Amino acid sequence: MEKPRIATASLAGCFGCHMSLLDIDDRILKLIELVEFDKSPVDDIKNFTGRCAIGLIEGGCCNEENVHVLKDFRKNCDILVSVGECAIMGGLPALRNGIPLKECLETAYINGTGVYNPSGRIPNSEDIPLLLNKVYPCHEIVKVDYFLPGCPPPADTIWEACVALLTNKPLDLPYELIKYD
Amino acid sequence: MNTSSSNLKKIVIEPVTRVEGHGKVTILLDENNKVHRTLLHVVEFRGFERFIIGRPYWEIPVLVQRLCGICPVSHHLAAAKAMDVIVGGEKLTPTAEKMRRLMHYGQMFQSHSLHFFHLCSPDLLFGFDADPAIRNVIGVAQKFPELAVQGVMMRKYGQEVILRTAGKKIHGTGAIPGGINKNLTIEERDYLLKDIDQMVEWAQSALKIAKDYSVENLEKVIPFGSFESNHLSLIREDGAMDLYHGNLRAIDAQGNKIFDQVDYQNYLDYINEEVRDYSYMKFPFIKFLGPQDGWYRVGPLARVNTADFIDTPLAEAARKEFMAVTDGKPNNLTLAYHWARMIENLHSIEEIKILLDDPDLQGNALVVKGERRDEGVGLIEAPRGTLFHHYKVDENDQITMANLIVSTTNNNEPMNRAVQKVALDHISGVPEITEGLLNHVEVAIRAYDPCLSCATHAMGQMPLEISIVDCEGRLIDRKSKR
Ligand code: SF4
Repeated sequence: MEKPRIATASLAGCFGCHMSLLDIDDRILKLIELVEFDKSPVDDIKNFTGRCAIGLIEGGCCNEENVHVLKDFRKNCDILVSVGECAIMGGLPALRNGIPLKECLETAYINGTGVYNPSGRIPNSEDIPLLLNKVYPCHEIVKVDYFLPGCPPPADTIWEACVALLTNKPLDLPYELIKYD
Repeated sequence: MNTSSSNLKKIVIEPVTRVEGHGKVTILLDENNKVHRTLLHVVEFRGFERFIIGRPYWEIPVLVQRLCGICPVSHHLAAAKAMDVIVGGEKLTPTAEKMRRLMHYGQMFQSHSLHFFHLCSPDLLFGFDADPAIRNVIGVAQKFPELAVQGVMMRKYGQEVILRTAGKKIHGTGAIPGGINKNLTIEERDYLLKDIDQMVEWAQSALKIAKDYSVENLEKVIPFGSFESNHLSLIREDGAMDLYHGNLRAIDAQGNKIFDQVDYQNYLDYINEEVRDYSYMKFPFIKFLGPQDGWYRVGPLARVNTADFIDTPLAEAARKEFMAVTDGKPNNLTLAYHWARMIENLHSIEEIKILLDDPDLQGNALVVKGERRDEGVGLIEAPRGTLFHHYKVDENDQITMANLIVSTTNNNEPMNRAVQKVALDHISGVPEITEGLLNHVEVAIRAYDPCLSCATHAMGQMPLEISIVDCEGRLIDRKSKR
């Protein structure tokens, strides 16, 4: 039987959720036996090579490219999981939602401490993507099937959730894995 | 960007695919495929410096680490050091300082191990041009299983140190303004001591791989993405390498001091950041040298170059060997970053071993406070280089100003230069641009261990796509790497 495929993406996140996935340590070798990795920073696969059973999303959407990749994941994955606060609620980056984007940019590039910017321009070229007015959680853009809370969710939570989804068993997490700081 | 000359072609390299991109490269070619100009863009903007305004200062160390999940401890500690100044507690108790150092060396060890084994070893073991199907960490696991397990276990050890000092492997809460919120129990100490000798041994063998690679391939290593630069780092008062604390030292490419033992509370008199159109990442420079000449390198290579010595015996012996290659002058080779990084890795695990035997870690004096101030700067040597945090706080304890210069930003100009050099040497004038040639560009960027490639720098190769378009934007050719 062909192994189920799994894909992962980091949108507007800090990569901590992917790091937490790595914290399953040597179980990563077991995971590679269980599944095949498709599009993911784990490997070199840039475009989906086939239908995926599971898509894990870290981070919300802060620019047009995030939206694009998220829609692509929805199209290609049977089950989509929002992993971590950023994917579920926008997380820390969404702190900018209460502030006009222009102000954020001006602080960083014009009025900021130690900034040298004689032209007074904010970075703007065709080569950098457009920012969205706000940071959006993933389920406001596409339908999301499951949510794994935590910042980041502990490695064991991610592991147990993947195993449950892959083996079609109910997920039964002990208290320590669903307790947050 | 200037694409006005009508016969220029543009190559776009997206290290992390277009849709996930944190960074990408564009290369402009003329009609003979000669490289005209290269640019490295960072396509991420989050606005931390603005949106943390108004937050209470004690929240900052746990808040700002969400900038980066790969080295959250660095942001956690740099912010805590700035807040130490705010609460007048920068003279920490021995227990607090040593707990923080332990946390930091744990972080250094996990990050350097991850970078070397998971990301870079495939290039070094299989070659830059090797089949991308095997040139990744899974390929390493299959061909060199022992080495792969070693990498995984070294990273794990660093994470275990962080867990026991910060409370959590990622985004912990250990450091607080003026100190730390826990000490190390005897059980925790004994748990960490169990594997320490194995880790020291593995750090030595990793160092040997990096060193042997550099020495055996010296002809390739010398020109590859290399250029002369200034170097900047923190330094201890006696000139020793110190990854946690010190004063600023900058040297030029020949090793002459530009400035030395500068108190980093005054960093703004020395460092400014230039804004350029094509990137959300700014370009720092030494103020009195100006943006043209004042840029510098940071990170493992810069730190080994600026240090007069390293205060642990195995790493010091390794440093001497390293410096002998350039007769004691600064080493300006991009690929030498790997060797320098593994020297630091060994230093970090030696420091961990010394600290674990120190009874101060079981002390109970955790926090100090003194005269309250309204401004504080915290610097630390993060895995990728000097990290600057600067805050102002009002009488309501709310943040009124924040300035962050992250390690990767300090290396912005050097990474741009490395890309340019590799493009000129390996891509300029080549009739057909192959996947292997694209990987050369990645290898140069990767040496700096930049966080702009977060998505990939953790686990495997950066996915790449190159589009060659003519000046009207018509697609001439497209290559992508699987
Ligand atoms: S949820 Fe937390 S760990 Fe995950 S990406 Fe967001 S900030 Fe990072």
